[in-house]
Amino acid sequence: MLQMSVNRHSSSPRHRAPAAQTLAQLPQGQSGILDRLDLPDDIARRLMELGFLPGHVIVPARSAPGGEPRVYRVDGSEVALRRETASRILLRPPAKSVGRATEP
Amino acid sequence: MSDCHSCEGCSVAVAPPPNAKGVRPHVVAIIGPPNSGKSTLFNRLTGLRQKVANFPGVTVEQRLGRARMPHLDREVILVDLPGVYSLNPRSEDEQVTNDVLQGTMPGLPKPDAVLLILDCTNLGRHLVLAAPILSLKLPTLVILNMADDLRSRGGQVDTAELASELGSPVALISASKGQGVEKVFQFMEGTAGGTTSLAAPKVELPVLQDIPRCRQWAHQVGAGAAYQAPAPPVWTRRLDAIFLHPVAGPLIFLLVVAGVFQTIFAGAKPLMDGLQDLITDSGLWIGNILPASIFRSLLVDGIWKGVGTVIVFLPQILLLFLFIGILEDSGYLARAALIADRTMAKFGLQGKSFIPLISAYACAVPAIMATRTIENKRDRLATILIAPFMTCSARLPIYTLIIAAFIPSHPLIGGLFGTQAASLLGLYVLGFAAAITTARVLKSSVLRSERVPFVLEMPPYRWPTLRSLGLRLVDRSKVFLRRAGTVILLVIVVLWVLESLPVKNGQPPPIEDSFAGMIGHAVEPAIKPLGFNWKIGIGLVSSIAAREVIVGTLGTIYGKEGDEKSKGLQQAVRGDLSPGGAIALLVFFAFAMQCMSTVAVVRRETGGWRWPAIQFAYMTFLAYLCAMITNQVVRSGIFT
Repeated sequence: MLQMSVNRHSSSPRHRAPAAQTLAQLPQGQSGILDRLDLPDDIARRLMELGFLPGHVIVPARSAPGGEPRVYRVDGSEVALRRETASRILLRPPAKSVGRATEP
Repeated sequence: MSDCHSCEGCSVAVAPPPNAKGVRPHVVAIIGPPNSGKSTLFNRLTGLRQKVANFPGVTVEQRLGRARMPHLDREVILVDLPGVYSLNPRSEDEQVTNDVLQGTMPGLPKPDAVLLILDCTNLGRHLVLAAPILSLKLPTLVILNMADDLRSRGGQVDTAELASELGSPVALISASKGQGVEKVFQFMEGTAGGTTSLAAPKVELPVLQDIPRCRQWAHQVGAGAAYQAPAPPVWTRRLDAIFLHPVAGPLIFLLVVAGVFQTIFAGAKPLMDGLQDLITDSGLWIGNILPASIFRSLLVDGIWKGVGTVIVFLPQILLLFLFIGILEDSGYLARAALIADRTMAKFGLQGKSFIPLISAYACAVPAIMATRTIENKRDRLATILIAPFMTCSARLPIYTLIIAAFIPSHPLIGGLFGTQAASLLGLYVLGFAAAITTARVLKSSVLRSERVPFVLEMPPYRWPTLRSLGLRLVDRSKVFLRRAGTVILLVIVVLWVLESLPVKNGQPPPIEDSFAGMIGHAVEPAIKPLGFNWKIGIGLVSSIAAREVIVGTLGTIYGKEGDEKSKGLQQAVRGDLSPGGAIALLVFFAFAMQCMSTVAVVRRETGGWRWPAIQFAYMTFLAYLCAMITNQVVRSGIFT
């Protein structure tokens, strides 16, 4: 019941320095774990419906020329966001994400 | 049609109709998240037996279709609902979906059954929608679409187990290939015949408001049904490496846009010319076999000309719809929107506005219809409001006529380019500048989005199927002909009446004495500051049907051949208009919303008269003001 997406966490790098705090800071191809959406409620819910849920693994993929919007792989699909939105999506600090990746 | 083998005769033998006549139709709603293949399934089940309208009072498109049951003599009405991820009524789409399923949508009975279509290559996330749908307690078939993709990418699911977990039947299908669609028909026959009963779900439904809980529930259900997610789509990753490459991506994007442009204009030209000749010749032919009468004049100069005006544009518009269809079905449209987003954001718009705006260079009507892909209502409205500023092909005849008559042909840049071509290009730039300025003003004032973020789902690439492209082409053309065609036809016939009455000695009057001439004289004082006389006044009134009509009208007024390449007409216009008035006329046409079909389509797409009225007033005011300034500036002789 708590192993929602545990099997996808193996690729999560343990040594990341400096650690990305928001999705916008996460380099392309590196995975992070979503912690919190610092966005108005209805927008947060919309993104959660698309798979941006706390505990889910997210990987930044390719972007448009100029670096944004960028495509993010999350919960089995690919969704593009502008940087302003990605910078309001917070990631879990790496230490916490090791070994305990899902919703408490 | 996979169900074409169903013969009418055996349906009686297998399942006699319970009480054939007077039974209310069996209503089945199709619901699913965006990109789940919902419309493909709807098309598969109904074929051409579908009707497109709007849900009452909203801008959400209502698609109704009739499905013929192979073994049951009862009509099934299918309702295609908008693609949604949940039933929380936050957007118009979700509100409509909710209302239809609750049975509170006016004019539509509560559905008797539901087809819930989910993309089984991403079952975990898509199953979230099953929770609110199943809690409605309507007979529901859970359709797992894209079965072929799931298999080829090494995923699997136990449908029998999933069915018992959910308490609803489950069908694994591929809507685009038609595999497994017979199971959908069987289900509908069951519910229409009253033989389906509801089972209790084995897994208790979650609290619907809590999205993380719903997602967890979906995961649990999937795990119970031994769901194995497929491997990532290899081809989509490979193609994205090319199409979203930092250098190759934008180049391919520009090539695609240029290719679409070239085909719409150069490719459609011979077809359009051929059609034009055919219509002119057949008009002459009809004119020859009928005796001279007012009836002949109405038929040939009124109705036939009106029909011709609409049909001539059809090749171009069909090509445009075909391109948009290929772009959308293949998945490239989302990539194009991604690449265009940063540029469009500078004008306060977003990536998805790009393709509709490009389409508007052919015709604003299909462009406005193409804005349906923009989910953000404000961005969509802004795109609709600025699309008619783009230089559509109906403006070209009057541009060509006036430029040929007034701009002397001088070579520029070593003969590569002439003054006339430069003038035409200038008019394109003028329209574009008006569009982006208006967009900026709109988006920083009345249409300011309250921080609605740009969210774009990237579907995997797929081969577009001929069937789906064909159905879309038929469907969009029907809407175009109904919306644009009827309006143009009506206005052309009214114009004919205005030009042919009052009858003098059984003959139509000279145009100056007709009602149209009277209107021309009546508006002359108002358009005098623009450098226009009453003849241009008649032309402006007639061009309300469609912009290109003004050339034919001017031909009639000056007694010359009504064609933009006619030397006689060019000379007549040159002799009658001042240079200031001529340039002002170009500016007027660049800005004015002289197109009733666009007004009609904007009304349909925005769900009321408010926006088309504001748009018409704004564009006409801008056209009047700028044409007046142009005329005064040219007359003052600054440039001579």
